[in-house]
Formats: sequence, C-alpha cells, structure tokens
Amino acid sequence: MSFTDILLLMFGAILVENFIFAKFYGCCPFLGVSDKPDTALGMGMAVTFVMTLSGAATWAVYHFLLEPFGLEYLKTVAFILVIAALVQFIEMFLRKFIPALYASLGIYLPLITTNCAVLSAALLAIQNEYSFIAAVSFGFASALGFTLAIVVFAGVRGKMEFSEPPRAFQGFPITLIAAGLLAMAFAGFAGIKL
Amino acid sequence: MEISMILIPAAILAALGAAFGILLAIASRAFAVKVDERVPLVRDALPGANCGGCGYSGCDALATAIVEGKAPCGACPVGGDPVAQQIGAIMGVSVEKKQRMRAQVMCSGGDSHATKKYVYQGASDCLAAARLAGGDKLCPFGCIGLGTCASACPFDAIHIENGVAAIDYRKCEGCGTCVAVCPKQLIRLIPYDSAHWVGCMSKEKGGTVTKQCKVGCIGCTMCQKVCEAGAITVNSFLAQIDYNKCVDCGKCVDKCPRHIIWSAERQEGGLFIHR
Repeated sequence: MSFTDILLLMFGAILVENFIFAKFYGCCPFLGVSDKPDTALGMGMAVTFVMTLSGAATWAVYHFLLEPFGLEYLKTVAFILVIAALVQFIEMFLRKFIPALYASLGIYLPLITTNCAVLSAALLAIQNEYSFIAAVSFGFASALGFTLAIVVFAGVRGKMEFSEPPRAFQGFPITLIAAGLLAMAFAGFAGIKL
Repeated sequence: MEISMILIPAAILAALGAAFGILLAIASRAFAVKVDERVPLVRDALPGANCGGCGYSGCDALATAIVEGKAPCGACPVGGDPVAQQIGAIMGVSVEKKQRMRAQVMCSGGDSHATKKYVYQGASDCLAAARLAGGDKLCPFGCIGLGTCASACPFDAIHIENGVAAIDYRKCEGCGTCVAVCPKQLIRLIPYDSAHWVGCMSKEKGGTVTKQCKVGCIGCTMCQKVCEAGAITVNSFLAQIDYNKCVDCGKCVDKCPRHIIWSAERQEGGLFIHR
C-alpha cells in the first residue's frame, strides 16, 4: 500500500465514510457529550487517542495470536477484551505520568471502553485486510471523523439553546432532527469514489 | 468433533484475559498515584450538587483545593455552617460559624404592575433581551422575567411567576449562581432567616418610578423614619435594609405607601409571604 493509498484511505474515513453520519457508529457519545464544544473536543481527543492505539493493539492480537491458531471467529470477543484492558491501562498511565492530559481526558476515557466506534474501527481494519500502517491510520482517521462530527454538532446545539421549538420537540427530539439534517449534509460526500 | 476445538480457544481467551488482568494489576501498583486520604472524606462531606457556587468546577475540585489549603473550610456556600464544621473536623482546624444565606429577587414589578415599552419577541433569554434597550419593561432596573436565572439554578429553585423570577425557598441553597447570571443584578443573597426585604432596585426619582411601575420604591424615606433600629437607609431614592441591624419588627412593612417592603415568616422550611 503506497503513501497515496493511505492518504486516500484516511480522507475517505474522515469524510466519505464518516463513522457517525455514514455508518452510525458511536451515536451514544455523539448525542450524550455534545452539549458544549469544549467537552465535545475532549471526548473527540480521547476517542482519537484510544482508537489509534487500539487499532495497533488489535491488529497485533489478530495477526500474532488469533490467526496462527485459526481462531479468526473469536475476534469480536478478543477485541472487546483488548480494548477494555488497553483503556484501563492508558488511564492509569496518564494519571501517573501525564496528569495534565489525564485531567482533560480523564472523565471521558472510561466512557470509551464500551464505545462501539472503537470496536468497529478495529473490526473493519481486519475485515478490509489492512496492513499494520493502514490499520493504525484507519483508526486515527476514523476517530478524526468522529471528532469533526461531534464538535460540529456541539456548535449546532449551542445555537439551538436560544431557539424555542414547539413543546413536543423540545430537548431530545429536536436534537435528533438536527443530527439528521447534519447527516444529510455529510451525505453530499457519499458520491466521492476514492 | 473433537473436544480440543472448544478447549483450545477457551484456553487462549482465558490466557489473554489472565495476561491482561496481571498486567493491569501490576500497572495499578506501579502507576499508583498517592492521593491525600482527606480528599475523599472532604468530598463526601460536601453536598455533591456540583453547582459551582464556590468558584470551583465541582465538589471534587473544591475538596482537592480545601485539602491543598487553597480554599477555606467554609468555602461551600450551599452546605453552610454544618458542612464547614464537618470539614473543619476532618482538616483538624476550628471553623468560625457561618451564616446561611438565601437568594432574593429584588423586584416586585410583575406583568400587571410594570409598564412595558415594547413587545419583545426574541430569544427567550434575559441576556438577549437586556441588549435590546435593556429589556421590555420601562423600568431600567426591573426583572426581565425570561428566566436566565431559572435555567442557571442548579437546584431548580427559581421559576417565573407573573413576569418576575420567584424563588422557591424550600429549594434555594444560597449558592449564588443566579446572582452571577442576572443581567440586571437584581438577585441578592440575604440571611436565610431574614423576614423583610425591599422588593425594588429602582434608583429613579419618585415621579419617574410611579410612571414606570405601580410597585416601585419612590424614596419617600418613611420607612427610614419609622425604623427604630436604624437599619433602613434611603440612598438615591431607594430604601435598603442593613441585615446586621434589622430586628424584624415589621414596622416598615405597614408604613410603606407603595407596599414594596415584603414580609415573610419561615415555617417548616418554607417561607410564607404576607402581602
């Protein structure tokens, strides 16, 4: 896989195949942690951090442990285990050595343990038979797409604070409608074939 | 089908899980961060509302600050004296008695009393309305009544009644969040048990006030004269009560020709207002 291929892969993962708007992965944090742009950015950074590392870890586990024993069918279970352990480990590591990063990412890290976006990034990298470099860049780019979506949506929700939708739409319903409209905007990228 | 087809995958997964478990156990020892054991104790003593009334981001941040000596033991405005004493006991210092406060909206000019200068149809937020010629009421000091304080209140203690913010005294904890957000600076913290307050903040001259609002302070100084404790002073056409001197005799309430000195009685935690 050449450098250009990897760049195209990353571009596709950020915009065309955006995790939230095109694939509907990670909708829970997308709706739950998008109240304010700064918390949304914190969540996005934590996801980026974990997704990139878990992309590398799961690739290694799959190719060095599961494949030699012919246990490819166990990848979902094994990856959940790897990601959960990895997130716990990262949390402890950051708390000890990089307290500043822990203070900004800390509360979001445990939320990511069971985030389906992280798991699906790992599974898709295996399914598409990516090389190690491609798998890591795919995880990183997918997470960037997630960050872009959640931060943009937090901006939209900030504007909605001051509007008064009809009573039946107040709160969560109007949030879902706004998310749908934003997804339609991202659908414009769907025509781009890389 | 051989039994090993089940046993081998199970063994590999178990080994993987055990390896991660051991790794995490070692990591938790190796990367252990020493936390002052007083921090969780202080945090448990705090009310846990995370209202931010103390100026820190939440109860956890305040607990850390208190233990590090950056904040006084009585820094929590919500917990008041009991919490301050409890924290003082944990920290091993004596704490001075602290007076409990409550919020009070100093405006009586509801929709039926205050005259409006235009019909406001913008965003339902006092900060937005205050930018349009200072709100829709003719009185430049009056409550806009769009509930910026109500949505800011972490205890759901403020509601808009008849165009003026009203405080639910059973729920108010005196954190001061509303005091900070009100664009008219209409909300004040007064002692929890104080029974009287002047429900007006208008510093306009008497004649102007009567045109703007049926229930505004005109600065006639009758309350100042009747007050035996000398607790009421009228400055720039507005009566104000000094709660250090007020003895709650209630004479000013009967004397006020505009009926804007409120009186209330605390019963079973609630505040019963006589008007």
